[in-house]
Amino acid sequence: MLKVFRHAAQIALVVGACCAGLSAAQPMKGPISDSGPEASLAKVFDDIEHRKLDSALERTESLLRVYPNFRLAHLIRGDLLLARSRPIAGFGNAPSAPPEKVSELREEAIARLKAYRNRPPNNYVPRYLLQMRPDQKYAIVVDTQKSRLYLYANEGGRPRFVADYYITHGKEGAQKAREGDKRTPLGVYHVVSEVPKKRLTDFYGSAAFPINYPNEYDRLQGRAGHGIWLHGVPSDTLSRPPKASDGCVVLANADLQAVASRLQLGLTPVIISNDVEWLSLDDWQQERTALQKQIETWRRDWESGDTERYLQHYAEKFASDDATRTQWSARKRAIAKDKTWVQVRLKNISMFRSPGKEDMVVVTFDQDYRSNNLKQQASKRQYWLKENGNWKIVYVGQA
Amino acid sequence: MTFRPFRTTLNALAAAMLLACAMPAAAEPTLTEVQAHMKQGQLPAALEKVDQILAVRPKDAQARFTKGVILTEMNRLNDAAVVYQKLSEDYPELPEPYNNLAVIYASQRQYEKAKAALELAIRTHPAYATAHENLGDVYAKLASQAYDKALQLDSANTQAQTKLAMIRDLMGGNTRNARTAPSATKPVQIAAATPAPAPAPAKAVPPPVTKAPEPPAKPAEAPTKAAPVAKAEPTKPAATPAPVAVAKAEPAAAKKPAANDKAEADIKKMVNGWASAWSRKDVKAYLSHYARDFKTPGGVPRKAWESERESRLTKPGPISVSADNLVIRLSDDEATVRFRQSYDSANLKSAATKTLVLVHRDGRWQIQQERVGG
Repeated sequence: MLKVFRHAAQIALVVGACCAGLSAAQPMKGPISDSGPEASLAKVFDDIEHRKLDSALERTESLLRVYPNFRLAHLIRGDLLLARSRPIAGFGNAPSAPPEKVSELREEAIARLKAYRNRPPNNYVPRYLLQMRPDQKYAIVVDTQKSRLYLYANEGGRPRFVADYYITHGKEGAQKAREGDKRTPLGVYHVVSEVPKKRLTDFYGSAAFPINYPNEYDRLQGRAGHGIWLHGVPSDTLSRPPKASDGCVVLANADLQAVASRLQLGLTPVIISNDVEWLSLDDWQQERTALQKQIETWRRDWESGDTERYLQHYAEKFASDDATRTQWSARKRAIAKDKTWVQVRLKNISMFRSPGKEDMVVVTFDQDYRSNNLKQQASKRQYWLKENGNWKIVYVGQA
Repeated sequence: MTFRPFRTTLNALAAAMLLACAMPAAAEPTLTEVQAHMKQGQLPAALEKVDQILAVRPKDAQARFTKGVILTEMNRLNDAAVVYQKLSEDYPELPEPYNNLAVIYASQRQYEKAKAALELAIRTHPAYATAHENLGDVYAKLASQAYDKALQLDSANTQAQTKLAMIRDLMGGNTRNARTAPSATKPVQIAAATPAPAPAPAKAVPPPVTKAPEPPAKPAEAPTKAAPVAKAEPTKPAATPAPVAVAKAEPAAAKKPAANDKAEADIKKMVNGWASAWSRKDVKAYLSHYARDFKTPGGVPRKAWESERESRLTKPGPISVSADNLVIRLSDDEATVRFRQSYDSANLKSAATKTLVLVHRDGRWQIQQERVGG
């Protein structure tokens, strides 16, 4: 038996090595999701590391009672059973197993354990959720590298962690740019609709929610493709490997149901990052305030009637759906001539920072415009980009 | 129709003695007859006989077990499973019914049930090697099923189903000895008695074991008595009388290397002679290796033991016995030799650790005790 134990410990090494030292990165204990198998899975691997193989097997089996289609747990169970019969040499000892399938499950194990050991720290929020509008009850943040979806509730504009779930993303990773590149887009999106159930095959699981990729900014950047959904998994499995979809974000069916019950079509933001940045509430508050001020300045400059000051808020490479910066400026100057007064009110402002190196924020609001010769109500979406240290509007369009 | 109830007068005598107390009917068939039918492949006849026995003594564990074996061989697996199941309910301390139940379950690909049954066998007899080996196979099988589920493979159709080792006899190379293993029986024998068709470290070999050709009249009692005894053996092998203290032996060895070398050589020769007499079925030569004060298993009379041995040795078919990996502990005129005994006969193949306690007398080493296990 000793021999068996020694070998079995290598399972832990194979998977464990990948997770070692991660906890140091974010030492603060975060809220624990009750919604997934990770807690049990982590205990299973702890047991294996401590050579408590019987206990590991028991845990794995109770895990399987809750998640009968959890393939990763089946694989671990296979290893633990086989270890009772002969020495085994690591993770996934199925004699005739296609190596890529085993390595997919290993990736899943690593992803799940990493996410579990590096849960978002308390009092830290994703940098992206700068401001949710009052009627946005929840927001979704996806981390493709961590294979994780984080669900946040809107508590007076401040995001509160609700739950996190394992996800699958594109076979070829993130940063979608072209049709068929099997990548998941990175950016600020929202769910636009639900695919009627009768149109779904079992492959998509319990439901599917398209998001608005490519968004306005994606189009400006020449990114293409379509049909990026949040959806479920086939009924014969709990989950799919971390990188397996054609670009969609895929959740376990039960997890998707939990998320779906909180989705507001056309409203709930879905922000996809390949490495979520977390801000302390203080830092978050600072960024949020700075941007709010910037938007407020823009609004006031617009009301002021000083067109040049107003135009300073627009980036060099600004574009709207129908105008370049030059055309836009000319149009604005022309309009200003007939104005004696302008009043702009903004309601339902949301500000979502776009993931990535660029400092970019997607600002959406309902605009109530009144002037001596025009009254107009519209929903607008602006993309603000930091240009030479200052926030500038790089795009505006209908929301 | 051949059945040979008794091959020798001695055997008959011993049997008669036991029959006298075992009672019931003169017309009642014996398990020996049943086994004779089995050996000849006359399964329906064997079944008929064993049913006759069970008609008189419905509780008889040996007979019920034998019936299970017969039904299994007739491929009436569900019937056999019922027999073993009830047997294990009545005698939960017996490992063999669990084992054979597991064999049936495994053959039906019900590996979880096989596993549960084997774990029960091992719970009662932790050193039960056949069950351990079977369990190893079942674990491997379960692992393979788990892998199938993990990787969405379908190896079930491509892999041969596991064949587990079935125990053919309950409590010993023959179907008798458990009964007569009274409280006096040393721990060793019962567990030892279980002939494993597979390597059996702490366990046993049919031969040196026991006695009594016929079960006595109190079947229900016997296994219960046997069981605690049997349990004791595997757990505390070291506790069994091993007269030679290691500590003493070593300094002696240091002082008299030459003498010890000779003694060891003599002991090796003696053990090999004993194994070879057994293999030759030379009863006289075989018995001559035992000291006159040899402690018979269970303290049965020497004569009864000898006749039992004779009947074992003279069974039809070749026997091959060998002893390997001898470990000898010497202390003056006494010695303990431990070795791996491989036993191979027509219907049984086993390997087990055997320990002989030897005494040097009349210029030669003689067997004073014989037990299975270290």
